[in-house]
Amino acid sequence: MRVEDLDVNEMIGDVGKIICEHDRKKGVLIHAFQKIQQDYGYLPGEVLMTLSKKLSLPLAEIYSVASFYKQFHFSPRGKKVVRVCMGTACHVRGAKNVLNALEDEFGIKQGETTDDLAMTLETVGCVGCCGLAPVATINEDVVGDIGKKKLELLVKAIKEEEK
Amino acid sequence: MKNDLLIKICMGTGGLAAGGSEVMDAFKKQLRVKGIKADISKHCSIHRVGCRGLCAKDVLVDIILNNVKTTYQFIKPYMVERIIEEHVINGNPVEEWAVTEDYHQFHNKQIKVVLSDCGNIDPEDIESYLNVGGYDALKQVISTMSPKDTIEIIKKSGLRGRGGAGFPTGVKWEICFKETSSQKYIICNADEGDPGAFMDRSVIEGNPHAVIEGMIIGAYSTGADKGYVYIRAEYPLAVERLKKALNQARQNKFLGKNILGKKFDFDIKIKLGAGAFVCGEETALIASIEGQRGMPRAKPPFPVYKGLWEKPTVINNVETLANVPYIIRNGAEWYSSFGTEKSKGTKVFALTGKIKNSGLIEVPMGIPLREIIYDIGGGIENNMAFKAVQTGGPSGGCIPADLLDIKVDYESLAQVGSIVGSGGMVVLDENDCMVNIAKFFLQFTQSESCGKCIPCRIGTKRLLEILERITCGKGREGDIELLEDLANDVKATSLCGLGQTAPNPILSTIRYFRDEYEAHITKKKCPAGVCKDLLSYVVIAEFCKGCGACKRVCPSSAISGEKKAVHKIDPDLCVKCGACFEACKFKAIGKG
Repeated sequence: MRVEDLDVNEMIGDVGKIICEHDRKKGVLIHAFQKIQQDYGYLPGEVLMTLSKKLSLPLAEIYSVASFYKQFHFSPRGKKVVRVCMGTACHVRGAKNVLNALEDEFGIKQGETTDDLAMTLETVGCVGCCGLAPVATINEDVVGDIGKKKLELLVKAIKEEEK
Repeated sequence: MKNDLLIKICMGTGGLAAGGSEVMDAFKKQLRVKGIKADISKHCSIHRVGCRGLCAKDVLVDIILNNVKTTYQFIKPYMVERIIEEHVINGNPVEEWAVTEDYHQFHNKQIKVVLSDCGNIDPEDIESYLNVGGYDALKQVISTMSPKDTIEIIKKSGLRGRGGAGFPTGVKWEICFKETSSQKYIICNADEGDPGAFMDRSVIEGNPHAVIEGMIIGAYSTGADKGYVYIRAEYPLAVERLKKALNQARQNKFLGKNILGKKFDFDIKIKLGAGAFVCGEETALIASIEGQRGMPRAKPPFPVYKGLWEKPTVINNVETLANVPYIIRNGAEWYSSFGTEKSKGTKVFALTGKIKNSGLIEVPMGIPLREIIYDIGGGIENNMAFKAVQTGGPSGGCIPADLLDIKVDYESLAQVGSIVGSGGMVVLDENDCMVNIAKFFLQFTQSESCGKCIPCRIGTKRLLEILERITCGKGREGDIELLEDLANDVKATSLCGLGQTAPNPILSTIRYFRDEYEAHITKKKCPAGVCKDLLSYVVIAEFCKGCGACKRVCPSSAISGEKKAVHKIDPDLCVKCGACFEACKFKAIGKG
């Protein structure tokens, strides 16, 4: 999505009719962030500045909303996003070991991205596959029941895609 | 062969992760290869179905041949050929792969209302839902009932909010109905954030139309003409199925203008959550839809009076809404015949942790906890001793072994210091440290606290610091009392539900496992052997065979010893990783 082409009225739909212009503009913010991030993989500063001008909303206000949500990122992300589930069920079944092993293997800490932008390592509250704990996701694929063997496969799967 | 053949493959997130789509492809291929095409293919269909609960045994496959159903567990693509050959062609089910007694036991004590069609119907096909009576409730409501009648039925059924608070749904609808406003909203809260809970996700993935139907009936009863489903972006499959279902509902005129030919307009939009646990709180959720930081505000005014863009707004949980069509179809008396006096109906729980049959279950309110753990859950994994069950996620508490006979309903759980909550149930065994569990939940709530009110923002931080110091061996005399004091303050003074309930895991673990806290503080020991800083590993001389397995895996070369002689661990070099403990086949590594 080109920020310049953003149509506030279209994005907010019918409800827009009953609210004032300022609310309308704010109302589309999160939706706009999601679209921008879909295209760029993150929220680049200059795009947010364009958005600020387009909506006539202060950059500070835009940043305050974007920074509240974990989903939005301000720096480029890896091609593969690996999320280790830290939910309760995964926690008691050894999620920490999975995370530590991946951190060691790729030499990055959780929340970081490898230098070649191949992989971002994150944790997630719960992906809701507690029956398969411990669980990790590679982009949108779920890998469950991660024991020692499965861990090796997981590492391999991450590396394979990197090429 | 002219027999009817129906193959159902579990394709919930659990099923997919276990390889559901590969199994489905294998079935398609095998049917083609085996030439079961000419006359069979007409009678044969392969369906994807949503989660049927027992995720631990995925991929689960039903083969229904001439109306006789056989269920297989742990199916992998390579097994498909034999199933087709022996079962489908020759009529002899492959007994060794069929589900065992515990699969049936898992289902026996459950009563399925919300989940009755999950796992039976194809969630991506509206016909499949219509065939089992789907949207009949909506037709009945719109053509024969007034909003008041509908509200009366829901009130009579005793349905209470399944998101955790347990507010009577009918009463909420009635308040909204009585509000005079040109614009009202209904929001389905699918921002399921509790770690260890996946009820809402499974319902949407398994039967999205039931949620939509419930929402339309809710809109009709309250006078709302716009709806939102606020759903977590972490649930891509649920979002996709919901989108498909909404389109199908529109095509069938269940959504849009003049629904079913009556003067009633309603449509639903999906709003993706952006990853903030606090947005499950209704006022924060509204702020998030309005495009602001998802921070709660003080109540009253409640959203039913002033909600989204200051208009009356009903917010219901996924499971609550999915109950509605079944209540309308079967009657309020039918629904209220399940459950206890004050907690009616059934509740879906996500049973996980150290339990044999982990998965999604639906039970009548008031069922004894013991039956859930031992009859449905099949007991504790690896025959360990049961220690506690944690209910209600980060807002809930732990229930110890001597309270296993309590009934599971809103009131009974509240009495013992826990809550039903959204329905997470995590089973803990003797190897779990309760202080560590409390710390785990506090880490979660502390990082998810939105920071608006001070008791929650700073209180949870201080609570976490105390727990951290206890678990790393620096606990002080009086820390337990300090925790209790501070926990009660945070509970009493926080703005929203997150802060008001965040101390519950601490208070309930202190209440039932005070001795573990004391052991950490005074003896500097972790009785369960979890807290790393309080552990030390030693070689038990009488069991050590001198095989060297531990020496080989030790990352810090802390283990020394000649072959066939007793080994030794140097405590100064040991990093307490536990690799030796796992590597030793003779149980010769002790930790304590």
